[in-house]
Amino acid sequence: MALIQGRFIDNIGRVYGLYTGGFIAFIILMAILEQLGVSADAIGIMFVAFTIAIYALIGWLSRTMEVDAYYVAGRQVPALYNGMATAADWMSGASFVALAGGVYFGGYGYMAFIIGWTGGYVLVNSLMAPYLRKFGCYTVPDFIGTRYGGNLARLCAVIVLVVASFTYVTAQINATGTIAARALHIPFSWGVWFGLAGILVCSMLGGMRAVTWTQVAQYIVLIIAYLVPVIWMSNVQGFGIIPHFTYGEAAANMAQFEAQYGLNPPAEAIPGLSVLTTPHTGPVGDYAQWKFVTLALCMMAGTASLPHILMRYFTTPSVRSARKSVGWSLLFIFLLYFTAPALATLTKLQLLDPSLPTAIIGKPFEEVASLAWIQNWSSVGFLAIADQNGDGILQLNEFFMRPDIVVLATPEIAGLPYVISGLVAAGGMAAAMSTADGLLLAIANALSHDLYYKMIDPKADTSVRLIVARVLLLGIGALGALIASLQLTGILGAVAWAFCFAASGLFFPLVLGVWWKRANREGAIAGMVAGFVAGSAYLYYVYTGGTPWLGLDHLRFGIIGMATSLVAMVVVTLMTPAPDEEIQRMVDETRVPVGPPILAPKH
Amino acid sequence: MSAESTDVRDRYWQKTRNLTILVLILWAFFALIIPTLITVLNTVTFLGFPLGYYMIAQGSLIAFVLLIWFQNWRQDAIDDEFGFGDEG
Repeated sequence: MALIQGRFIDNIGRVYGLYTGGFIAFIILMAILEQLGVSADAIGIMFVAFTIAIYALIGWLSRTMEVDAYYVAGRQVPALYNGMATAADWMSGASFVALAGGVYFGGYGYMAFIIGWTGGYVLVNSLMAPYLRKFGCYTVPDFIGTRYGGNLARLCAVIVLVVASFTYVTAQINATGTIAARALHIPFSWGVWFGLAGILVCSMLGGMRAVTWTQVAQYIVLIIAYLVPVIWMSNVQGFGIIPHFTYGEAAANMAQFEAQYGLNPPAEAIPGLSVLTTPHTGPVGDYAQWKFVTLALCMMAGTASLPHILMRYFTTPSVRSARKSVGWSLLFIFLLYFTAPALATLTKLQLLDPSLPTAIIGKPFEEVASLAWIQNWSSVGFLAIADQNGDGILQLNEFFMRPDIVVLATPEIAGLPYVISGLVAAGGMAAAMSTADGLLLAIANALSHDLYYKMIDPKADTSVRLIVARVLLLGIGALGALIASLQLTGILGAVAWAFCFAASGLFFPLVLGVWWKRANREGAIAGMVAGFVAGSAYLYYVYTGGTPWLGLDHLRFGIIGMATSLVAMVVVTLMTPAPDEEIQRMVDETRVPVGPPILAPKH
Repeated sequence: MSAESTDVRDRYWQKTRNLTILVLILWAFFALIIPTLITVLNTVTFLGFPLGYYMIAQGSLIAFVLLIWFQNWRQDAIDDEFGFGDEG
């Protein structure tokens, strides 16, 4: 197996080049089949089934019984490919499906997510990734447990990690279920289990190695699926060849349309659906800028503390390549994130600008009601039009839509062929599956490596450890799917919470572990416990109807958690003795890129 | 660990820390300051965009990408200067 792995690494560019070519050929084949009269449903099924079959094949080929291959992909993933894998790991179903819709409806306030989910990588690169790579850990609690010493610190880190990641993974399994249900025409509750099966095939046999190589494949699918419809639409509608640089005027003109139609709440609201009431480019309401900055800060600190992202940088061959791969990661993420506002703006323009043939606002009500895409999405309850003022004209506040259908419905609004919609479904599936994979693996690895191996049975041999890791993966996946099938939270709420949990409990213990030599065990435990408890308590308070303090609502509870964590950690550290010389030397070693890792290569 | 190598490491860490602080200042400017200036910036037009909107939709994102590549370029130079380049 080692030989094949070596050959694969040498040929990696060719392998993924062929794969990308094959995928494009598949898209063209689907387009031809559509022209030959194959039904839209069949094309949707083929897109989802074909891509999942490929991921499953990669997962099977990457199976392993080696500890370091299972936990850190053998530490031989080149920076460029680790960047792609991180980007897929990072961009969740929420990014893919909900981001553009969020910008469409939320305007300025929502764009804090875009800043937060990209700016966080500057923190990852400057404060965390290179040092954790040098440390040589398998998991994030591995760093906490070794740097601060003691099982209690390790256990606290495991708990925060599990809560944050589990919050996140249920949202991803939910998203895979939604997409699978729509594309394959099965009930949502089956879709969830189908999605889980796909996720587990990618991760069970080969751990981090399998997840890495499937995530690279998933990135290629998801970025093609995001960019092609936007660029195609832009060319069909005459918005420019590459719309990203030419939609400025559309954004600038939006204020004029907003004034023309009026941003008013609907006469009668429809539950679950929204009308546009927020201006596109400017802030609105009290504390708008403060809310932007606090949300962005929570997302950025969360980015730098979420274990499924940090552990991707444990897989590179060196400290330098870890840094380089952060650079690649953000570049690949940027490609999607700077497209989302363009998509949101152009979709809005198509609906609002009366000089475009696709416009619906201000048109006679009957004419709009007869459009095919309006009928399709209305029939599943994702969209509604209601002539509430009885003037026979569709007003802006009479057009209701679920925010997360903007990406899915845009190809239809612009009149693109169905093959594009099938492609988008495959892309959304890839985004949700890749993130779910990374998260499930982060949880299962923390439990198997840190809880089981390091704390319960340090003498366990390799095969037992890897079997425990897989059983946990299966169990946690099943639990996640069970909770997802109950549909307790919306996709976005749960995602933002995961970032806040991670930032509250882990951000400062991780950062100060490298950057403050004086930081000791007592301080770190205090920081994790106080931050996590304060954040959670505040979340409970706001979520059960408490008045948010300074506009810090349930999406921003990480601010409270982080502030508490920092104060608790610094105060308790200074009240207790400095760490011993061995730990201080360990910190010194962590800071230089050369020399052996702190933890042995196979521990 | 000899006194000399401790000294080398201290200087290495000082340079690394200064670079990190510089990067974090620039990060704070693009991530935290620019978005609060949205109203003022939106009165300016850039590439046809209201500038404030452009910055949070594209400008700051480009700045983050460049910032990471800039930091890695400088950090590699520092590593090499002290013989800490770990390539190979």
